[in-house]
Amino acid sequence: MAEINNTKSASSWKFPFRIKIENRVDNPPKWLSPTLSVGAIIIALLIGAIVIWMGGGNPWAAYSHIAKYSLGSVGVLSDTLVKAIPLMLVGLACSIAFRMKLWNIGAEGQFFLGAFGASLVVLLPILPEDAPKWLFIITMAFFGMLFGALWGFIPGLLKARYNVNEIISTLMMNYIAIEWNNYFIYAVWSERGFQMSRMFQRNAWLPRLSDLSTRWPFFSGLTTHFGLVFAVLAAIILWLILSKSKWGYEIRLIGDNPKAAEYAGISIKKNIVLVMMVSGALAGLAGMSEIGGVVHRLQGAISPGYGYTGIIIAWLAKLNPLAVILASILFGALILAGREVQPAGIPTLIQGMIMVTLIASDFFYRNRVTIIRRVED
Amino acid sequence: MDQEITPPGIENVISMRGISKRFPGVIANDQVDFDLRRGEVHALLGENGAGKSTLMNVLAGLYRAEGGTITVHGKVANFNSPKESIDAGIGMVHQHFMLVPSQSVTENILLGLEEPRFRMKLSEFDKKIETIAEQFGLHVDPEAKIWQLSVGEQQRVEILKMLYRGADVLIMDEPTAVLAPSEIEELFNTLRSMTDQGKSIVFISHKLHEVMEISDRVTVLQKGRVTSSGINTSDVTRADLAHLMVGREVVFRVQKNEVQAGDLVLSVENLKAMNDKGLQSLNGVSLNVRQGEIVGLAGVAGNGQNELAETLVGLREAIEGKITVNEKEVTNKPVKLGIRHGISLIPADRTQVGTAPNLSVTDNVIMKNYDQKPIGQGWMVNSSEAGKYASELKEAYDIIVPTIDTSVRLLSGGNLQKVILAREISSEPKLMIAVQPTRGLDVGAIEGVQKLLLSQRESGAAILLISEELEELLSLSDRIYVIYEGEIMGEIADGDIEKIGQMMTGTRLEQIGKEGVGSNG
Repeated sequence: MAEINNTKSASSWKFPFRIKIENRVDNPPKWLSPTLSVGAIIIALLIGAIVIWMGGGNPWAAYSHIAKYSLGSVGVLSDTLVKAIPLMLVGLACSIAFRMKLWNIGAEGQFFLGAFGASLVVLLPILPEDAPKWLFIITMAFFGMLFGALWGFIPGLLKARYNVNEIISTLMMNYIAIEWNNYFIYAVWSERGFQMSRMFQRNAWLPRLSDLSTRWPFFSGLTTHFGLVFAVLAAIILWLILSKSKWGYEIRLIGDNPKAAEYAGISIKKNIVLVMMVSGALAGLAGMSEIGGVVHRLQGAISPGYGYTGIIIAWLAKLNPLAVILASILFGALILAGREVQPAGIPTLIQGMIMVTLIASDFFYRNRVTIIRRVED
Repeated sequence: MDQEITPPGIENVISMRGISKRFPGVIANDQVDFDLRRGEVHALLGENGAGKSTLMNVLAGLYRAEGGTITVHGKVANFNSPKESIDAGIGMVHQHFMLVPSQSVTENILLGLEEPRFRMKLSEFDKKIETIAEQFGLHVDPEAKIWQLSVGEQQRVEILKMLYRGADVLIMDEPTAVLAPSEIEELFNTLRSMTDQGKSIVFISHKLHEVMEISDRVTVLQKGRVTSSGINTSDVTRADLAHLMVGREVVFRVQKNEVQAGDLVLSVENLKAMNDKGLQSLNGVSLNVRQGEIVGLAGVAGNGQNELAETLVGLREAIEGKITVNEKEVTNKPVKLGIRHGISLIPADRTQVGTAPNLSVTDNVIMKNYDQKPIGQGWMVNSSEAGKYASELKEAYDIIVPTIDTSVRLLSGGNLQKVILAREISSEPKLMIAVQPTRGLDVGAIEGVQKLLLSQRESGAAILLISEELEELLSLSDRIYVIYEGEIMGEIADGDIEKIGQMMTGTRLEQIGKEGVGSNG
C-alpha cells in the first residue's frame, strides 16, 4: 500500500499531509475492538440520519422516538427484551459457528425447525393436553433444540463428508424449512382454513412477567417471557465453553488454523458436525421460545429474518457470547421502535449499515493508520 | 561465479544482469546474472527457496526487481506487468495452472485477448490452435472442456496459451512436479521440438536427473546467489550439480558428545503412501531409529520427505507397510494416539502447520497437552496452569515476546521455531521427527535449534532429522539415510559426502563404485 504512494506521485503539487497505512506489528490494545464496534454503530446511525434528512424527515426526532419507545419505560423495555430474546439465541448460534469459521447462514431455517419441533409437542401431541407447565417447557425446549440441531446436522455432515460449501447448503435449507412449516400450517394443522395452527393451550405457554402480577403488581402487563432465562443461560454456558473449556480451545484452534489443529490430533470433521448441531440447537431454541412465549401457535410469519439479523449481531459482538446479549438488545430496540418510525426502510437500512461499517472497521483493527506531514523531497 | 562470455555466433535472447529482489526478511535474489540463448533449454536449478521462481517472476513481469537490468533481444526491457512481458515474447507456465475449468481449451487460450472482438467464431480459432498444437506436438482437443483434461493435457493448454500469444521464450516453473512419468517424457519431447524450431526454454527444477536429461545448460542458484552460471550440462555430472546446489561452507560446528545408542524406538518397514496429488510418493521406505540417536534423512526436496514425516505421525494414510514405535504398531492410527505414545513432529511449515497464527503464545504451546493434567482438568482448560506453563517455556527456551498473550503471527521466524520446539521438547518425546528445523533461520537461531536437538539426543530421545542441508545432517547425525523418489538409496554412517551426493541423485549404495555415477533411478 505504501508503494502506491511512492510510485504514483507524479503530480507536481502534493497535499501537505498523507495517510500512512501499515499492518499492525503488535497486538492491538484491548479497548480497540469494543471502541470500533461502538464507532461503527455511531457512523451507521449518522449515515441513517443523512438518509432521513434527505427524505425530508428530522433525524433527531426519529432517533429520540426510537430511543423513547424502546428503552424509555419499563413497559417498552420489556417489549424490547421480547424482541431481543430470539436475537440473542440466534446470535449465539452464529457466534459458535463463526468461531470455527463455519459460515452457518441457516439460523433462519433452524429457527423455523425449532418452532416446528416445539409445536409437535402440543399438536402431535407428544404430551397430553393437561400435562404440567414445567413438563411442557422442558419438552418443548428439548424438541426445539433437537429439530434445530437436526437442521444443522445435515449441512454439517455434508461439509465434513463431501466438503459441501455450508454457506450454500444452510442458505438453501432455510427455504426448505420455511416450506416444510408451510405444509403443516396450510394442510395438517390449519385452523379453519387459516394458515396457522390452533392456539396452544395455556399450560404450553412460557411464563411471562405479567403472570406474576398477582403477587407483584409492578409486573402487570410486562410481556417479557421465560425465554430470556434460556437466552441468558445459553450465553453464559456458551461463554464458558468458548473461553474456558477444552472443546472451546479446539474450536478456536480449528477456526484459526485447521491444519495445526489436525497436527495437534483434533478431529476437524467431528467438530464440524458437532458445532453445526450446537449452532442449530441454539437457533432451534430461539424458534421454540418465540412460539412458546410470544405467538403461542405455529404460523408462517414468526420471524422477520431473525436468522439473518443474528449474523450481524454475532459480528457486532465480535463473537463474544456475553456481548451478544447487549448487541441483541440494541437490535431488539431497533426492530421494535424502528417499526413505529417506518414499517420498512430506515430501520432495516440502519441494520445493514451497521453490518457494513462493522466490516469496514476491521480495517482499523488490522492496520495502523496515521496521518503524517509530507516531507519535502 | 564469473561472468560468462557468449561465444560468437550464438545469440542471447535474454540477458539478465545483477538482478536483486528482496522480500521482508530475505534476499531472494542477490546480484543474479542469467543468460538464455536462442534454441536452448536452460535449466535453473536450486533448492526450495533458492530464488529460482523469484528470478523468473521478475522476468515474467510479476515482480519488479530492486536492482539490475533485463535485456531482451539486445534491447533493455523494463516490465511493469505480465502483459508487457508477454508482448516482448516471454511466457511463463506456472506450477499452478490458471485455467477456467468449465470453458473449452480454445476459450481459455483466447481469454484476455483482443481477438475475437465481439462475435465468438470459435471454430475458426479452434483451427488456428490446432495448427500450432500440431507444429509442436502438443496434442489436445481444442473443443474439450478443461475439467475433462488430465493434468498433463492442462499443462499443454498452458503452453499453447503462451505460444498463441507469440512467446518465443517459455519459462516452465517446475513443470514435472505434477506429472506422471509417461507425461514427463511427452513434455520433454514437446520441449525438444520447440527448441528445434527456435524457441528458448527456461526449465526451473530441483530434480537433477531431469535437468541432466533435458537441458543444454544449467545455472545453479543457492540462497539467492548464482553458484554456477550457464555451464554446459554435458560437462558436469549429477554429483557436481548436487554439490553446487546444496554444498555450502560450514559456518560453525556444534559440540556433539558420545551417546551410546539404546533400544530400537522407530522401525519403518516397506512404507508406501500417496502425495496430495494422488501420485505415489513413498515407494517402500524402510528405516529405523534407536534411543539416543539422531538419524538424518538426506535428499533433494520433494523426494517424499514431507510425506514420510506426515505418515509417521498419522497425518497421512499409509497404503502399505508398517510403522512401529517402541514395539507398538502405530500405522494409520489417529494423530492423538501418536502424541500419547510420545511421537513428536516439528513440521517443515511453521506457519501453515506448526502454529495457529492469531492465537496467543500460551494457546500455541498447549496445543499438544491442553487435554492433559494439569492444564486440562475435566472439561476445562485451566488457564492459570496454562499461563504458568507458557511462562516457564518462555523463560527456559528464551522466547523473545512481550507477553505470553501475544499472537504468534507477530513473532520472528526464530522465535516461532522456539515456540514449536519448546512445545515439542517439553512433551518429553520418545521419538522426535524434525523436518527442516533450521530452514530460514539466522545463524544464531540455527545453533540454538541444533543444540536443543543434541540435548534431546543426550536425554535419550530417538530423533529422525529430515533436512536438505547436508552440512547440518553431517554435523548432527549419527547415521544418514538418503531418500530419492520415495525410496531409501542407502545408509551412511561415516559421513561420506561423495556417496551421499550420488545417492541423492538416484544411485543406490550398492551400485556406487561398481559403475561410477549411476543411471536414472
